[in-house]
Amino acid sequence: MSERLSRDDVAKVALLARLELTDAELDTYTDQLAAIIDHAADVAALDLADVPPTAHPLPIENVLRPDVIAPSLDRDEVLSQAPSVEDRRFRVPAILGEEP
Amino acid sequence: MSVNLTHEPIEGEHFHIASELTGDVWEIVVGLEVHCELATVTKLFCGCPNMFGDEPNTNVCPVCLGLPGSLPVLNHQVVELAMRLGRALHCSVEPSVFARKNYFYPDMPKDYQVSQFDRPINVDGWLDLPDGTRVGIERAHIEEDTGKNTHAGGSGRIHGADYSLVDYNRAGVPLVEIVGRPHIRHPEQAKTYIDELRAILLATGASDAKMEEGSLRVDANVSVRRVGDPELGRRCEIKNLNSLRSLGRAIEYEARRQVDLLESGEIIKQETRHWDEGAGRTRPGRSKEEAEDYRYFQEPDLVPLVPGAEWIAAIDAALPPMPAQRRTVLAEASGLAVTDTSVVITVQRDLDALALAAIAAGGDGRRVLTHVEHNLSGDGAADLDALLLAELVQLELAGKLTATQAKTVLADMVVSGRSPEVIAAELGFEAMDDSELEGIVDGIIAASPEEWEGYCSGDDKRRGKLQGFFVGAVMKATKGQADGKAVNAILDSRRNAAS
Repeated sequence: MSERLSRDDVAKVALLARLELTDAELDTYTDQLAAIIDHAADVAALDLADVPPTAHPLPIENVLRPDVIAPSLDRDEVLSQAPSVEDRRFRVPAILGEEP
Repeated sequence: MSVNLTHEPIEGEHFHIASELTGDVWEIVVGLEVHCELATVTKLFCGCPNMFGDEPNTNVCPVCLGLPGSLPVLNHQVVELAMRLGRALHCSVEPSVFARKNYFYPDMPKDYQVSQFDRPINVDGWLDLPDGTRVGIERAHIEEDTGKNTHAGGSGRIHGADYSLVDYNRAGVPLVEIVGRPHIRHPEQAKTYIDELRAILLATGASDAKMEEGSLRVDANVSVRRVGDPELGRRCEIKNLNSLRSLGRAIEYEARRQVDLLESGEIIKQETRHWDEGAGRTRPGRSKEEAEDYRYFQEPDLVPLVPGAEWIAAIDAALPPMPAQRRTVLAEASGLAVTDTSVVITVQRDLDALALAAIAAGGDGRRVLTHVEHNLSGDGAADLDALLLAELVQLELAGKLTATQAKTVLADMVVSGRSPEVIAAELGFEAMDDSELEGIVDGIIAASPEEWEGYCSGDDKRRGKLQGFFVGAVMKATKGQADGKAVNAILDSRRNAAS
C-alpha cells in the first residue's frame, strides 16, 4: 500500500458500517487500522510469486448438505423476539431511499 | 428540448433511432442481468423450505434470520442446478468462493447478502438466439435471495411509506444471477433472450422461471451510441421490469430518453432507474453505489467450492438437448433455415419430436413444419401420430388435398386420431378435376374483363394484387376446395396464351 490510510477513509467506512464515531475515536481508529494495514504491507513486500492464494484458512473444500428439509422455527417464538410486529411480519421503520 | 425521432428499423435486426434534427443514427446496446430462483426443496444455506406463497415468516430458522452463532452450510442441489445451467450456457465451471455483500436494508436480517463476487462458479459462456445472434454470458453465479418488504401507510410505495413489513420466507432462497454481455441490439431481441433463457432454465430443471411469481427477474443495462461508434455509451440500469412487455417498452423508452439527452448536448448519468409501467417511463432511483461501498469480503463461514471433473462430466452427460441444438437438428431434417419461424415455433411448442418423426416417415419437411406452426397450437397436438401427419402431408403433396382441406382434416385428426384418408373421404374432400377447375377459372376471367386486362398487362405489384382477386374468387366459387397452386398455374397459362 503506497498511501497511508487517511482519517477520511475511516470516516467513510464508519458511515458505511453505521458507526457514529467521535473525533477522538476517529483519530484512535485511524492509527490502529493504519497499523494493521501496514502489517499487510509487510507481507506484500515479500516475494510470494510461488505461493498460491489462500481462499480459506482451513484446507477443506466442498462442505455440502443434502437438499432435505429441517424443521423451521415456530413463528410466534420468532416474532416474539422482534421489537415490533404487524400482520405476521416484522415491522420496521420507513425505509429511506431505494432497495439495493 | 425534445428531438423528433423516428424509429424505422434501418437494417437487419438492429433497432435504430434516426434523429430528424441532426440526421444522426443511433443504436441501442443492451445487456441483461437475470436473477432466477433455483428449484430446490430447501434454501441455500439452511434446511428451511424453499416455497413460494407460504404463510409469512414460517420458513425461517436461526441461519436465514441471521441469529448470532448460526452457521451456513451449502445445499448440494444448489450446486448441481447452478452447474447444469452453467454448462447449458456453455460456461466453464470454476473453483468458486462466497463473499459477503454488506449493506443495511431490512430485507436481509444479517445486514449482508452472501453472493459470489470475484470468483463465480460459472464463467464465460453464451446463448444462441433463434435469430442466430450469439449473446455472451459473462458469468452465472450463486447468491441468496432477500426477504420480501411490504411498504405500508402513506402511498404504499417506497417513498412516502410510514413503515415496512418484512417476511423472511424468501431470505436465503437460492438464486443464480446470469449476467449477459451487452450484445443485444433491439427491444424485441431482449424479449427473445429471456424466452430462450427461460426455455433453458426449464430444460435443465434449474428453475420454474415464472416472471409473474418473481422466480425470474430481469434488470436491463441500456445505453445508446451512434451507429459505427466502437465505444459503448454510458449505461443506466433499469429495474422493476415485471413482464416481457415491460422489458421491451422500458428499453425503447430509455434509449429514446438517452438519445434525446445526448442530442441536446447533455451527458448520461450512470444510475439505476425504475420502470413505471402505468406512466410508460423510467424514473431515477438512487445513484449507483460504487462496488467498493458494499465492502465485499470472503464469507469466513463457508469454504471454497471446487466441483471435481467427474461431477462436471456427469452433469454434461445428463443434460438434455437445449433449444438451440434442437432447432439445428430440426433445420437439418426439414431442409429449412435454423432461423425459420416454423423451426423456432415447433421447438418452442415442444413438437420437434413429432415433426422429426413425421419427416422421417416421409413427410415433406416444410409442409410438416407449416402445419405445426399454423395448425397445431392447441391441446392434443403432442399426442398426434407422426405417421398420420406424414400421410396427410403426402396426400397434400400428391394434390389430393388442398392446403385448406388439409387444415380441416388435421383438426379432426388431433381430436379423433383417425387417418387423414378416412376423414377426407367422410368430408367429401376429393381432388377437383382439372378440367372442372379450368372451367371455373375461365368463367371468372370472362366475368371480370377489367381485372383480367390489368392482370395481363400490369406491373408485378398490380398483377400480384389481381392474382389474389382471381384466386379468392375461385376459392369462393369452389367453397375452398380448389388447390391454390393449380389455380395459379391455370391463370399463368391463360395469360401466356393471351399475350
